Amino acid sequence: MADVDNKALFEFLVRMGDNTLILGHRVSEWCGHSPILEEDIALANTALDLLGQTKMWLDYAGKVQGEGKSADDLAFLRDAWDLRNVLLVELPNGDFGQTLMRQFLFDAYHSIILGHLLKSSDDEVRAIAQKASKEVAYHLERSADTVVGLGDGTPESHRRMQAALDYLWPYVGEMFETDDIDRAMASAGVAPEPSGLRADYDALVGRVLADATLTIPEGKFAHKGGRNGYMHTEHLGHLLCEMQWLQRAYPGCEW
Amino acid sequence: MYAQMVKTASDGVKSREDMSPEEAAFQAKIDADIKIEPRDWMPEDYRRTLIRQIGQHAHSEVVGQLPEGNWITRAPTLERKMILLAKVQDEAGHGLYLYSAAETLGVSRDEMVEMLHAGKMKYSSIFNYPTLNWADIGAVGWLVDGAAIINQVALQRTSYGPYSRAMIRICKEESFHARQGYSAIMKMAFGTPEQKRMAQHAVNRLWFPALMMFGPSDKDSVHSEQSMAWKIKIKTNDELRQQFVDQTVPQILYLGLELPDPNIKWNEERGHYDFSDPDWSEFFNVLKGNGPCNTDRMKDRVGAWEDGEWVRDGLMAHARKKQARKDAAKIAAE
Amino acid sequence: MSNETTPSRSEWPLWEVFIRGQHGMSHRHVGSLHAPDAEMAIKNARDVYTRRNEGVSIWVVEAKHIAATAPGEKGPFFEPSESKVYRHPTFFDIPDEVGHM
Repeated sequence: MADVDNKALFEFLVRMGDNTLILGHRVSEWCGHSPILEEDIALANTALDLLGQTKMWLDYAGKVQGEGKSADDLAFLRDAWDLRNVLLVELPNGDFGQTLMRQFLFDAYHSIILGHLLKSSDDEVRAIAQKASKEVAYHLERSADTVVGLGDGTPESHRRMQAALDYLWPYVGEMFETDDIDRAMASAGVAPEPSGLRADYDALVGRVLADATLTIPEGKFAHKGGRNGYMHTEHLGHLLCEMQWLQRAYPGCEW
Repeated sequence: MYAQMVKTASDGVKSREDMSPEEAAFQAKIDADIKIEPRDWMPEDYRRTLIRQIGQHAHSEVVGQLPEGNWITRAPTLERKMILLAKVQDEAGHGLYLYSAAETLGVSRDEMVEMLHAGKMKYSSIFNYPTLNWADIGAVGWLVDGAAIINQVALQRTSYGPYSRAMIRICKEESFHARQGYSAIMKMAFGTPEQKRMAQHAVNRLWFPALMMFGPSDKDSVHSEQSMAWKIKIKTNDELRQQFVDQTVPQILYLGLELPDPNIKWNEERGHYDFSDPDWSEFFNVLKGNGPCNTDRMKDRVGAWEDGEWVRDGLMAHARKKQARKDAAKIAAE
Repeated sequence: MSNETTPSRSEWPLWEVFIRGQHGMSHRHVGSLHAPDAEMAIKNARDVYTRRNEGVSIWVVEAKHIAATAPGEKGPFFEPSESKVYRHPTFFDIPDEVGHM
């Protein structure tokens, strides 16, 4: 493997791991509340996959960081400004349609980037991608089907899915932002530059949303600040309050 | 488990002389341990009692997702979160298997769900108690699932084929639940003083509600006799409760926790532990809807069902459109 | 009991699920579930019935399309074969000297 700056590699790994950590958490909020048992079970599977991936990414991040931190330390003891997930995944669940639209918009990106990571110069990244890409291929198939089904369902389901798309679309752009860390990863062959993935993404998402009879909003504006930690949404703090509460209130315990 | 106070549709057990030839043949099959299958002849009372029992059991699994689901977003480690999520997901799966078993008796899942929401069907009283600290999650897995397993293991031998098969599948998956619960509460009981306090608090609060899961004493349980004759109930409430106490007391002692009932004492003569009866007036109050969480649980379930209606309808509408397009394309091609 | 409430308008159809547990085995009925169409039924079956690595292949069929023998036909359907013992290999005495057959 080419020489990689460990700091940049760490940043890249927590970006991957925080995306799955926060989205896995959000999806797990549905447990027991889905529209039908079959969906409840399927969503739990998605959340379990994402949490399993989180453990792999953050364990490796802790190793690269070299301060003896475990995946749990990173997940439960960093505050919002140290989290590196994209804003899209921290947004509230909204209704089931919004949750599935968010899932689809993320799955599409996730499956594309994991496809590239299968060829990473970093052995561990490649191994994680190998496991994760199979899981995510199924996530994408399922979320895409659901988006199509609900978009092209009843007038009400169509209206709700269009509203979800309108709300979420401005958060799509951040996934393809490219900064110095990404460039360092790309030149070391660890990961692709996100901006280079956009064309594939637009083709994939465009096809599914057309089948769903939904219209992609015109605006090009993109909210950002999650993956560089500069400015998360207000929602993340509340999510962390809940997620990290036990670890914070009773530090140093074994669970 | 999870089926308490299921009313049999008939009063008392019929004697052989009062049975029609069909009924006598049916009872002979049951006595010979031959399973009853969906398309076999069965007395209407048997069918209706089973729908109530299996439906109540299914509802309990589904409502039972809520108290544990209450802690998924607060689980203290990634691994604990995954274990808990997988466990609560299993409950949904068990609900699904059981609804499927009931559906073979000619009632649809939606009908049963609507009856639950209308208060015409019940779920186990245990799920109307709150989960208040992380040790409750361990205690629920260990005590509540532990109590459920005792009953479910017996029910694998139940006379109705689909119910028995669902129970076999559930029991296979369920043994992981009690063990994960005990492993979680072990960490608490052997952890810091605060953790131990949480564990003690959880055991104290959940002990009697767990005992109530087996239903009132057999002497007060009017419907047991017919259900036993039909082999849709295999052991009496008191037998199962005693079995649970005998198996659980040493587990509490192993954790170094105080027993939640001062009257728990080994009885050499009986070869069992003696223990206090739960407060049955509390039990009947919970069944009537006055438990600490009845209102919240139903609000959650009804809310999920109503909020999900557009999703179910939307996906169904799409499936119909897709089929219509396929049919049209086929006709066009011909 | 089905008369006690009106069935809801659009309950997803019921599907029966068959799973091949390992390569080389036949598909076995494992249970049922609800889904709007066959594609979703397969996906739901994957999520519901293979959570513990139970399968390598899934069949689904809408429950209403299954044709079955009627319970009353048990006699005429299955008893006649009881008497045809000659269909079973153990019916025939083959001398040991002949070897494995």
